[in-house]
Amino acid sequence: MTCSSVQVQPYLLEALEEKFTLHKLDTTTEPDKAARFLRTHRDSIRAVVGTAFVGADAELIDQLPNLEIVSSYSVGVDKIDLAKCKEKGIRVTNCPDVSTDDVADLALGLMLAVSRRLCPIDRYVRSGLWSKLDFFSKQFSGKTVGIIGPGNIGMAIAKRAEAFGCPISYFSRSQKPACINYNYCPTVVDLAANCDILVVACALTPDTRHIINRDVIDALGPEGVLVNIGRGPHVDEAELVSALLEGRLGGAGLDVFQDEPNVPEELFKLDNVVLMPHVGSATVEARKAMADLVVGNLEAHFLNKPLLTPVV
Amino acid sequence: MASPATAAVENLPQVLLLLHPAAFTIFGEEHFTSPKFRFLKAYESSLPLDEFLAANARSVRALLVSAATVVGAGILDLLPELRVIVTTSAGLDQLDLAECRRRGIRIASAGDIYSADVADCAVGLLIDVLRKISASNRYVKNGFWATKGDYPLGSKQLRGKRIGIVGLGRIGLQVAKRLQQGFGCTVSYNSRKKKNPDQVPYPFYQDVRELAANSDALILCCGLTEQTRHAVDKEVLAALGKAGVIVNVARGAVVDEKEMVRCLVEGEIAGAGLDVFEDEPVVPKELMELDNVVLSPHSAVLTRESMMELARLVVGNLEAFFSNEPLLSEYEDD
Repeated sequence: MTCSSVQVQPYLLEALEEKFTLHKLDTTTEPDKAARFLRTHRDSIRAVVGTAFVGADAELIDQLPNLEIVSSYSVGVDKIDLAKCKEKGIRVTNCPDVSTDDVADLALGLMLAVSRRLCPIDRYVRSGLWSKLDFFSKQFSGKTVGIIGPGNIGMAIAKRAEAFGCPISYFSRSQKPACINYNYCPTVVDLAANCDILVVACALTPDTRHIINRDVIDALGPEGVLVNIGRGPHVDEAELVSALLEGRLGGAGLDVFQDEPNVPEELFKLDNVVLMPHVGSATVEARKAMADLVVGNLEAHFLNKPLLTPVV
Repeated sequence: MASPATAAVENLPQVLLLLHPAAFTIFGEEHFTSPKFRFLKAYESSLPLDEFLAANARSVRALLVSAATVVGAGILDLLPELRVIVTTSAGLDQLDLAECRRRGIRIASAGDIYSADVADCAVGLLIDVLRKISASNRYVKNGFWATKGDYPLGSKQLRGKRIGIVGLGRIGLQVAKRLQQGFGCTVSYNSRKKKNPDQVPYPFYQDVRELAANSDALILCCGLTEQTRHAVDKEVLAALGKAGVIVNVARGAVVDEKEMVRCLVEGEIAGAGLDVFEDEPVVPKELMELDNVVLSPHSAVLTRESMMELARLVVGNLEAFFSNEPLLSEYEDD
C-alpha cells in the first residue's frame, strides 16, 4: 500500500509497517520519484492511507488497478474522489468522532486567543514591553457564537461556548431538532450579521466551497471574528485577507488554508489574527485513536470483516 | 480672581491618587471623572510622597488605588481624615486590611465585575498551553510551516483532564463551570473552607499538595493572604509532576516563582500560563525563552467591557460615598 507523507505520526507508520508492506510516497515534494514508483508498483498496491493533505484523487485511483480500499487518517474525505471510488467498488474509511472534542477545543481556544489577544500580549511580555501595554482586549463571555454546520463538531463547539454564557446561533440547510435552544438563521449572511464570532464547522462539499465570501465577511463586520476549523476552501481566502488588511473584519482564528502549508504572508504581521498549522486533531491522544482506526479498518478489510468506519 | 467655574471645581471633594492607575492609561481617565469630585494626583508632584501628603492631603477623605498601590500604616498615618478606599482591583492584598479596619476606613473593591473575564483568561491560557496556540502561531508567522514542516506533535487533549482549582471563590467557580460543563474536565478544589456540597459538587482537598497530586492542571484563583503566600511550593510542584500544567490568574506570590521557573526549565512540570508574577513587571528571563509557557502582563481584567464596568463602579462608589449613600461594592470581612 502507499501512504502519503507529510509527517505521519511514527506510531501509525510503525503499526502499518508491522502488519503490511508499506510504501511511503511523497507526491508533493518529490513528484517525479513518486511517479516512477507508481509505474513500478502499480499492480501490487491494494490500499492507500490518505491524510487531510493528500488523499486519493481520480488520477491516483486510475494508476492503481488493484486498489481495494482508501483508509484516511483524517475526518475530512474531501481529498478523496468518492464518486470514483464508489464507481470502482473501492472502499473508503475515515476517522470520525475521535477528534471531535479536540477540534472543538481548538475552536474555543482560537476564539479566546483572538478575543483576548493572547498571542500579541505574550509577545509584548517576551519583548520586555509590559509597561508599554496600552490596549485592552474584548470580552469573550456572553458573546454570540454563530455556527455553520451543527454536526458533531458544531454541537461540541456550542456546548463549550454555552458554558461561557454565549448565546448560540446556527446555519444549516434545515432547522435541527437538537438545536431547539439555538437561534436558526436561514442564510449564512443572516447568521454573520447576527453573531459576534462565526465558526465554520461543516464538511467541505461543492456546496460549501467559499461559503465564507465577501458578503458574509461584510455582514460579520469590523467587530466580528471568523474562526475556521473546517477546510481552507470554505473561505474565499483572497477576500478574507483583504478584509483583514483593510480592517473590514475584526479578527480571525484560522487552522486551515487554501493551499497548506502556504499561508498568505500578509497575515503574518496582523495581531488580530491567530494562525495554526492544521492542528485541529493534533493531540497525542486523538492521533493515536485515529491511527488505531486506520489500522483497524485495513485489518478488517483484509480479513473480510465489516469495516469499522466506512464512508463508501 | 478665580472664575465661578474654577471655584466650583475647587469646592469639590478630593479623591487622592498615589499612583497613575493602569486603567486610566489603557481605558482613558475621562471615564472615571464626575461632576461630584476631583482627583488629587500625588504622582504629578515632584515632592516626595510624604511631604506632598502632609502639605496637600490632610483633609482628604477618599483614596482611589489599583492593585499596585501598596497602602500600609505609614501612608494611613498621613491621611487622618481618610474614610474610604476604592480600589480598581478585585484583590485586596495591597491594602493593610487590619489597619484599615482599626481606623474605621471602609473599602470598596471591584467586586464581581471581573470574574468572567479572569475565568476566560484562565481557560484561554490553559488551552493555549495544552494546544500550543501561541507557540504554533509564532511557528506559522515565522514561515516555518512551509519550510520546516508540520509543527511537532505534543499537544494534549483537554477532555478528561483533572483540574485542581486553588481558591473556589467567584472566579474559581466560573473557571470550574467552564471546564467541567463545557470541556468535560473533572474539577476538584482547595479553598480556605470546604463549600456546601449541595451547592458545590466538586471534590474538596484540604491540602494543596494532595490536590496537585490528583490533578493534571492546577489553576490558581485565590486571593493573596499570609496563608496562600507560596502555597504552590516545591512539594506541590513535585506532586503536580512532569505532565502537569500551572495556570496563575491570582497573584504571583501564591507561587514560589523561583522554584516554578526551575521546574519549567528542567522539565519537572510540563508548562505554565501566567498572568501574574512575584515582582511585576519583572518577568524571569528564563520564561521568555520557553515555548511551553504563555505569558500575560496582569491583563486578565483588561477588556473593554470590564473597563466600562469598572469606570461605572468606581465613579458610582465615590459618588455614593460623597452623598452619604451606601457604597455599591463594599468589602465585608468574613
